[in-house]
Amino acid sequence: MWKWLHPYAKPERSYQLAGKLLPWFVVATIITFVVGLGWGLLFAPADYQQGDSFRIIYIHVPAAMMAMAAYSTMAIAAFIALVWQIRLAEMNIAAIAPVGAVFTFIALVTGAAWGKPMWGAWWVWDARLTSELILLFVYLGIIALYNAFSDKVLAGRAASILTLVGVINLPIIHYSVVWWNTLHQGATIMKLDKPSMAPEMLWPLIIMIVGFAAFLGAVSLLRFRNEILARESHRPWVSALVTDKLGGEK
Amino acid sequence: MAFESIGDFIAMGGYGFYVWLSYGLTFLALIILVVNSVAKKNKILKNVAQRLSREQRIKKAQNMEGTL
Amino acid sequence: MFKVFIQVVSKELKGAFRRQSDILNPVWFFIIVVTLFPLGIGTDPILLARIAPGIIWVAALLAALLSFERLFKDDFIDGSLEQLMLMPHPLSWLVSAKVFAHWLLTGLPILFVSPLLAVFLAMEPTTYFALFLTLLIGTPILSLLGAIGVALTVGLRKGGILLSLIMLPLSIPILIFSTMAIDAAAYGQSYLGLLALLGAMLVTSITLAPFAIAASLRVSVS
Repeated sequence: MWKWLHPYAKPERSYQLAGKLLPWFVVATIITFVVGLGWGLLFAPADYQQGDSFRIIYIHVPAAMMAMAAYSTMAIAAFIALVWQIRLAEMNIAAIAPVGAVFTFIALVTGAAWGKPMWGAWWVWDARLTSELILLFVYLGIIALYNAFSDKVLAGRAASILTLVGVINLPIIHYSVVWWNTLHQGATIMKLDKPSMAPEMLWPLIIMIVGFAAFLGAVSLLRFRNEILARESHRPWVSALVTDKLGGEK
Repeated sequence: MAFESIGDFIAMGGYGFYVWLSYGLTFLALIILVVNSVAKKNKILKNVAQRLSREQRIKKAQNMEGTL
Repeated sequence: MFKVFIQVVSKELKGAFRRQSDILNPVWFFIIVVTLFPLGIGTDPILLARIAPGIIWVAALLAALLSFERLFKDDFIDGSLEQLMLMPHPLSWLVSAKVFAHWLLTGLPILFVSPLLAVFLAMEPTTYFALFLTLLIGTPILSLLGAIGVALTVGLRKGGILLSLIMLPLSIPILIFSTMAIDAAAYGQSYLGLLALLGAMLVTSITLAPFAIAASLRVSVS
């Protein structure tokens, strides 16, 4: 049943597939960003309580959601890499991790910039913020570990192990911080969830979530192709590729 | 439109500093990420090209050695 | 199987007693760090008692981090780690023995020193037992999680800094639950639920971590 998938374990095939998919993701990113941000910034009505500052939601929520999605993808790739010994899955982890880390950073920074006018403080040890900060540390640990090994095959395997250890730990961290936080902070829990949003505000948010997903896909594909090229640079198909490129440019 | 004028748009109901700080940092981060990814691609391709041309020169030199 | 476990543990203990500084350094560090806080923050006993659980646990975490260097590094350098991996017994079982020995040498001393430090930080006597229990359950978890980090970084040159980056996010739940339990004890509330959570984390670590450690060692030593 899965035989059609087998050729893609070869780096060359995956490189070409990624190359075919990349333009679509780039186009999707541009369209969704333009429509989503235009709608969200210019046409969505101001919030009753938060005024125009709520417009930060159009990058904050998508970034936070996609940071989690990126890590989940990395965890699945790590599992596949360790169980079926597929090296391409390890390259995937290396490709996605920086994007996930940047998204987490964006979520934290925009959260702080939103929090200052709303809560009066740039930073509070709210359960969600704390969990997000720890997610950033986990991402940085994986990236640092991968870069520390000069043999990239070993690097990929180490990164897979660490990704899986981290994924087990993330729900634990989330719950521990929720309980820690509610014990000390008491009843003030900020509601940032969307169900209570008006449709004119909700649709741009959904478009931006799709937009961030498309961006995640586009940059991950680009970095995935880079990783393949770097690790397979001694192969004849890479040499042929480069010679073609040079011939095409001249 | 939710805003009367461009001035209103930039002011964001008084929250302009925070909104534009958020959007500014976000786009800065995203652009740096994209630029870094593309630059890496170009660097890898350049390295491979350099290695190939070096190998070709070595081969040429070896062929000439026999003829000298 | 049990025989080889005991053999590995006793070999570790014998080796450690020849290099006693390896055991004493983390414990001294623990004591010194905790002692610095009253000197730096002020000697108000109410304030100290309020932040004591956190101080002791953060110090324990840092002391554990300090002690991990010796867990696999020396064996890696002189090649006995490779020998350990070539033995006919399951590597996960053998590393469990090593981690257990490591905990005996670092976690246990921290555990025994903790009542003294509780006195330094003017903690309520009712909380001593809670502190002891959380350290009893928590320090093995730290040893197990830290061993994963060490196994991943033992072959790298600047592994120490990377180790802290890897280990600290993993240790945060233990820190939070333990300090919550001690605070509950200070208010006279039951902390059995929190201890049960810590216990669950311990059981999960004991069962899963050895496999992760073994897999990581196979990556580092190849």
